Amino acid sequence: MKNIPISAMIGLFFTGIYFLMAIFAPWIAPYGMAEIVGDVWEPSSSEFLLGTDSIGRDLLSRMIYGGQTTIFIATAATILSFTLGSIMGFFAAVSGGWVDQVLSRFVDLIMSIPSLIFALVVLSVMPTTVPILIILMGLLDSTRVYRLARAVAVDITVMDYVEAARLRGEKIGWIIFRETLPNALSPLVAEMGLRFIFAVLFVSTLSFLGLGVQPPQADWGGIVKENKEGINYGIQAALYPAYAIATLCISINLVADWILNRTTSLKGGRG
Amino acid sequence: MHPILKLIAQRLALGLLLLFAASILIFVGTSILPGDVAQSILGQSATPEALANMRRELGLNEPAVTRYFTWLGGVLQGDLGTALTNGRDIAESLGGRLKNTLFLAFWAAAISVPLAIFLGLLAVRYKDRWPDKLISAVTLTTISIPEFMIGYVLIYWVAIKWRLFPSVAIINDSMTLGAKLNAIAIPVMVLTLVVLAHMMRMTRAAILNVMQSAYIETAELKGLGMLKIIRKHAFPNAIAPIVNVVMLNLAYLVVGVVVVEVVFAYPGMGQYLVDHVSKRDVPVVQACGLIFAAVYIGLNLVADIVSILANPRLRHPK
Amino acid sequence: MTEPLLKVRGLKIGATAYPPGEKPVAIKIVHGVDFDLEAGKVLGLIGESGAGKSTIGLAAMAYGRGGVEITGGEVWVNGRDILKENLRSLRRLRGAEVTYVSQSAAASFNPAKKIMEQVTEAAIFQNKFSKAEAEARAVELFAKLGLPDPENIGNRYPHQVSGGQLQRCMTALALCPEPDLVVFDEPTTALDVTTQIDVLAAIKEAIAATGVAALYITHDLAVVAQVSDHIMVLQQGDMVEYGTVDQIINNPKEDYTKALVSVRSINHEEKTPTDTPVLRVENVTARYKGTNFDVLKNINVDIHSGQTLAIVGESGSGKSTLARVITGLLPPSDGQITFDGRVLSPDLATRPIEDLREMQMIYQMADTAMNPRQTVGTIIGRPLEFYFGLKGKAKQKRIQELLDEIELGDGFQDRYPAELSGGQKQRVCIARALAAKPKLIICDEVTSALDPLVADGILKLLLNLQKIEDVAYLFITHDLATVRAIADSIAVMYQGKVVRYGPKSQVLAPPFDDYTDLLLSSVPEMKIGWLEETIEHRRMESAGN
Repeated sequence: MKNIPISAMIGLFFTGIYFLMAIFAPWIAPYGMAEIVGDVWEPSSSEFLLGTDSIGRDLLSRMIYGGQTTIFIATAATILSFTLGSIMGFFAAVSGGWVDQVLSRFVDLIMSIPSLIFALVVLSVMPTTVPILIILMGLLDSTRVYRLARAVAVDITVMDYVEAARLRGEKIGWIIFRETLPNALSPLVAEMGLRFIFAVLFVSTLSFLGLGVQPPQADWGGIVKENKEGINYGIQAALYPAYAIATLCISINLVADWILNRTTSLKGGRG
Repeated sequence: MHPILKLIAQRLALGLLLLFAASILIFVGTSILPGDVAQSILGQSATPEALANMRRELGLNEPAVTRYFTWLGGVLQGDLGTALTNGRDIAESLGGRLKNTLFLAFWAAAISVPLAIFLGLLAVRYKDRWPDKLISAVTLTTISIPEFMIGYVLIYWVAIKWRLFPSVAIINDSMTLGAKLNAIAIPVMVLTLVVLAHMMRMTRAAILNVMQSAYIETAELKGLGMLKIIRKHAFPNAIAPIVNVVMLNLAYLVVGVVVVEVVFAYPGMGQYLVDHVSKRDVPVVQACGLIFAAVYIGLNLVADIVSILANPRLRHPK
Repeated sequence: MTEPLLKVRGLKIGATAYPPGEKPVAIKIVHGVDFDLEAGKVLGLIGESGAGKSTIGLAAMAYGRGGVEITGGEVWVNGRDILKENLRSLRRLRGAEVTYVSQSAAASFNPAKKIMEQVTEAAIFQNKFSKAEAEARAVELFAKLGLPDPENIGNRYPHQVSGGQLQRCMTALALCPEPDLVVFDEPTTALDVTTQIDVLAAIKEAIAATGVAALYITHDLAVVAQVSDHIMVLQQGDMVEYGTVDQIINNPKEDYTKALVSVRSINHEEKTPTDTPVLRVENVTARYKGTNFDVLKNINVDIHSGQTLAIVGESGSGKSTLARVITGLLPPSDGQITFDGRVLSPDLATRPIEDLREMQMIYQMADTAMNPRQTVGTIIGRPLEFYFGLKGKAKQKRIQELLDEIELGDGFQDRYPAELSGGQKQRVCIARALAAKPKLIICDEVTSALDPLVADGILKLLLNLQKIEDVAYLFITHDLATVRAIADSIAVMYQGKVVRYGPKSQVLAPPFDDYTDLLLSSVPEMKIGWLEETIEHRRMESAGN
């Protein structure tokens, strides 16, 4: 763990905390997720660290459970978009020809409509359940992963060492897993961080618009929606998710930056 | 024909084709997916007869292809259909809202574009020193927060705590320009913050790319001053990438508008769309989706064409 | 005695390196160099990459490229120490008293501006000439530099003229403001050899006609011998030797200079062809997918076992495409290739593994030819494992044998390519090819990215290995000195055709066809006056026709 810059350390630390909170939410949260325990919008006290929400639930507990939902959906969508996008991207790059053309043009088409608009169009006829949200976000975002994976793979497959492996008679498996993938991994992992951030922002936005996670289940975007009226009375309840999302996303950004820099430095220079 | 005109004509044709394909995609997205519009409208308790009536009324018994071309034919003649929820003509309801949305987007662009380019230049000028680092830290933060949250943070501080501008952006035609601008002050700030970060980062990268070219060194070794180098050598080559950046971000702005309108209860297209998505009013969603997609594709097309026009290799072929 | 135009004393130049994950380190590029340059004279700066020659050249304009900084010493131009001057007065020096010609004119011209505007810009800006005067002078210079249509070429954009022409325009750009000193930074290195000689002659004439002094920077001693009055030899930021051209070329004192002068003088006795060639290329014609132009036209060549066929030609001659056809990467549209008595399948994918093993390839850029994430041991070990199923101890032992054969020795197995020097990388690539025990190795410009002395080492190694392993080489190169050093037979390619083919002694002996004559006579020789002789000879020949 040497040579990790301080910014990446901070990023790793906060990312770790958030994920641990998400995993152990039921043990950490002082109250139940939908349990009404106090008055409406009580200020913070030793009993309710962040106060209570618009119908008297403990806000800290809502935040912890909300984090669990948001992080779970974002993680699942990222995994889906990543698996699908990178497999298709590598496949297109290695196959070339019409396979590549068809896939790339289709991705161009999907990307010609803004993701949010496309999601709204689909959600107008689909029920808004968690699995559907995950699939929808994963599919829409896989187009971006596809583009990156394809570009990276195309860059690498023109390298002489890949040609040398082909001339040696190596099978496609060796070429993908031993020659291409190890060199493509770092930009992809960094991109994964960015896709995760995007997924967090996206699901929060949908929930805020009332088209994402449905109440009483808590999630960060939904907490804003539930408590937004409070803002007019100077109650900060709706702002806590903003702080949470910002710290999580910045942390992941810092980690992704570090991974990317580490890759570029591997290529150049001796020692 | 000059090859550049041919190239631009090609791009335009491609853009139209893309728009056509996008319209199919939007139509497919709302029609062939497992959700049933009639069921959605009438709810789970609807009787089979009512459902059948509704389906007939909506033309759902026709094959999808026929329905698509009927819809597209209408759209091409400016007929966007009628809303299911209130039976109003969609084109009519949209007119004023589109105008409002464009008004909001225009002012956000008018502030963010010059500001982003200025900050981008500033970051390049002080590259790796504190102004550059400060700017990139702030932009990193704004990229990491969703639009609606920036909205509420600003409402909390600017409207509630400091009481500078109203927290709700309601405008109507009878208001003066000044009153309108006062009303949309906070939404414009939010949108500016949202696109500023991306636009500034990309502008910075584009200018840096140009400034590191060998021909800038040539100009330096001619003894030219920095301003002259920027004006005569950097600017003509940086203009295409910058316009590109601006167009891509305006396209991004269009999406940001949707959410911001909801936050500020602004009577624009975005709010109209979101509203009707929850009501499962498919014709309205289709119409709005198509308009947003058209704007998005159009802006990307402009970016493409500007790059072609600014490329000296294409403008002056061998 | 009059003060020299340029006087450099104790010049020290450094830079800051940013190794990843560590604190920035200050590195020294030039450690104290002294020299003088009189008005109207030409000083050649010569050295291998990393010698600091470009950095010294730019120091004559008090300019540091990238993070480079002049850390000490004095640079006197026209009686002023320019290192003590502020930016404002430096800007009156740059582009007026001292100008610069870079290696890549294509990158150094602004793509969005016409050539004339860029050529005259400094002269007008520095108030040397009015616009009309500057343009007249530019046209005059265009004519002097042998550019076609000198009246109108200035109205074109940089991408509308050829590389050689643009390099001459760059020279015109430097000469237009009537400077006292021009810094030429490898101005002909990026050009083909037949273009280089004309540009070189044009530069030399322009220098003579304008009476300007010049610093001429290059890695090619034969080139610098043609244009300079004095030569300074640099190595790793230190001056090794300074003297007149005559002294450096004909009577070098230092060992390093001697090595540079005698580079490429490897003596290789030509072998007689055997009866059965190991590779026979018959009537091969090829084109790239989606084009309607044959890159190779009816090629016929043989390679005899244990011998070297050199394919020589300039960029675009199709020589690398021939390698792609032979390896099966680009199936030919016509013709066939016989390898060791068997007809090879045109497509790589359908060739049996034995065919692949017996034909190996070494690339120009050793950097991109090795996977940066594999160690030297893995890189050399993979063919052993793949073709011979070697594992564990036996593999280790064989890898070490191969490393010994390429003269690298112990301690290299666990290193990554990034930890090796350019020459070492190329040696590892050679070892990887040898590991397969091939009958034929295709060498695609394997020495052209290397410094002359390192390249010499590689060539000697290849010749040595040929004796031990009895392997044949197909040696693709644009460099005729390399061809002389290594070939048994030669094929000269021009525009997709083999224009001359045969044993080395025949190909390199007259009578020549026109192209081979042009190519051979364009290669700079380590001889004073070669340039004038050649140009004069050509003039007489064309007059005779």
